Amino acid sequence: MTTRRQFLALACGTLAASELRAQLDPNIQAKRKAALDAAISKVVGDAPVRAGKVKLDVPPLIDNGNTVPITVTVDSPMTAASYVKAIHIFTEKNPQPYVITAHLGPRAGRATLSTRARIADTGRVIAIAQLSDGSYWSDTVSVIVTLSACLEDGLI
Amino acid sequence: MARVAVTVPASAKRGEVIEIKTLAAHVMETGFRRTQTGELLPRDIITDFVCTYNGVEVFRAELHQAVAANPLIAFTTVATESGTLEFKWTGDNGYVATHKAELKIV
Repeated sequence: MTTRRQFLALACGTLAASELRAQLDPNIQAKRKAALDAAISKVVGDAPVRAGKVKLDVPPLIDNGNTVPITVTVDSPMTAASYVKAIHIFTEKNPQPYVITAHLGPRAGRATLSTRARIADTGRVIAIAQLSDGSYWSDTVSVIVTLSACLEDGLI
Repeated sequence: MARVAVTVPASAKRGEVIEIKTLAAHVMETGFRRTQTGELLPRDIITDFVCTYNGVEVFRAELHQAVAANPLIAFTTVATESGTLEFKWTGDNGYVATHKAELKIV
């Protein structure tokens, strides 16, 4: 015979278990970090990425993660001898880390790119610039997102 | 469907760096969202953007799901000669949008 107490304990246990299952994958952070590392190494290969030269302009506090203005400026003379080949933008917490890759050349005049991105969660935004001499430079900004893209509007 | 807006100055001095702003009307559906009944909405995004200046490519971008809806891309180029700037967006489900702008050197 099941007492009321036993029944309650059982019911609570089952509820808690199903609640747990409904939550995100416990390894989600490790997986996202691995995805970010894989995405970056796909772009840069084995070359070292140094901090500097790149200026990533993102608001530090984001009210709405669905449209986040991002501007990347790279310190480069943009001549035929020395120019920025490509600018890559990554985010740390999105379901997939790529945002945009822009291919520039000496005809760009200035090494600058502006766009609007979706950012899922509080985390880092990374910009990597590939220079014509084959070196990679980066800038990282930590942002706080109050209204996340991807999650809140999961149901429409 | 394929509505775009591009801002290019009508005229520029030779050698001047001009700023180009482009906007394409597109939902940029990520492929991660679900409907109320739980079905995954298929991915529908713009994947590539190219800008050519008198037939020569001056700027190219690869877009991913993390670019916001109605993607804005702003970049610069050097005004070298009078001519046409052509913009082309391509994406999933055969999406293609093109735009032309004239630039005069004064």
